[in-house]
Amino acid sequence: MSQSITVGISDLNVTSAPNLLVTYALGSCVGICLYDPLTRVGGLAHIMLPSSKAAAPDHNPYKFADTATMDLVRKMELQGANKMRIKAKIAGGAQMFAAITNSSIANIGARNTVAVKEVLAQLSIPILAEDTGKNYGRTLYFNTLDGSMRIKSAIKGEWVW
Amino acid sequence: MQQNHFNGLNAIHLDVLREIGNIGSGNAATSLSSMLDKPVNIAVPQIKVLDYNQVTEALGGPETMVVGLLLSLQNDLSGMIMFLLQRDFAHMTLNTLLGTSLDDFSQVDDMSYSAMKEVANIMAASYINAVAALTNLNIGLSVPDICIDMVGAILSVPAIHYANISDKIIFIEDEFSSDNERMVSHILMIPERESLEKMMANLGIDI
Repeated sequence: MSQSITVGISDLNVTSAPNLLVTYALGSCVGICLYDPLTRVGGLAHIMLPSSKAAAPDHNPYKFADTATMDLVRKMELQGANKMRIKAKIAGGAQMFAAITNSSIANIGARNTVAVKEVLAQLSIPILAEDTGKNYGRTLYFNTLDGSMRIKSAIKGEWVW
Repeated sequence: MQQNHFNGLNAIHLDVLREIGNIGSGNAATSLSSMLDKPVNIAVPQIKVLDYNQVTEALGGPETMVVGLLLSLQNDLSGMIMFLLQRDFAHMTLNTLLGTSLDDFSQVDDMSYSAMKEVANIMAASYINAVAALTNLNIGLSVPDICIDMVGAILSVPAIHYANISDKIIFIEDEFSSDNERMVSHILMIPERESLEKMMANLGIDI
């Protein structure tokens, strides 16, 4: 029986085939799907901010691109994944409102996307698919059977990466 | 509890915030009512200090489609005002104002977008004027910005803004409706911590 596991905002989860990982309504946040095709272990993180560097000491590490991705890889390894085999697919990072000038959130979607790519590059994890930017929200379904990432937009419809 | 977290609010603070919400949304509803020429009802405001995940649940689940309108608070206060309008409510508002018969957002054109923004502008200004008069603060507003999408995606914008500061978000939530119960929509006023303190201080209350 395949289970569907929901990943909330600033959260992450790891599972293996045949389960599904779901995160709802990514706006400027970014969803990071990591997959080891051999063991079929998959992990999904839903991050809000680029970097933990300026964060308070008691912060939730799953909120940030850098710490969440590192932790996600570690948790996948505990479930038998091998970092050498892990590939990534990422989605989100939209700009929901066109004209925001407030400095802390201007371009935050794009900055999140860049930060995610940077940390994946540091970890030498290749990005197989990217569905980022634009101006609409995305719900993400990550299937650990085949590593596919299905994106559903309330406005644009559905497609699979 | 750390200063940066919003949890240090006591019953008096919550009462004051509720009153701010009440006066603000009362004024906003009155201006909407006169634009539409029909009664607009408002519920007693609620003050919520929630995790982000709870926020979207409280607003009907992350995938609920809404019309989001966002304005930034300026001058003495910083923070945001956000309108989350149910689609039916937005259709009703546009149809009443423009004499159209929209029932689907794919039909929404530039004219409707500007009309929606203007409604948000007038309502937010009424809200803020009332709060400014009450607290004796000079409060300005940015021009409104609009987004029609899933409520979770829209709320990621204020959530990310506050994620820098806290894992929780405080907002004054006012429900308003017209004609029938299904058309409940929300005004959220999301002040920053310092702005919260400023409002309280000007009302003679310690925080």
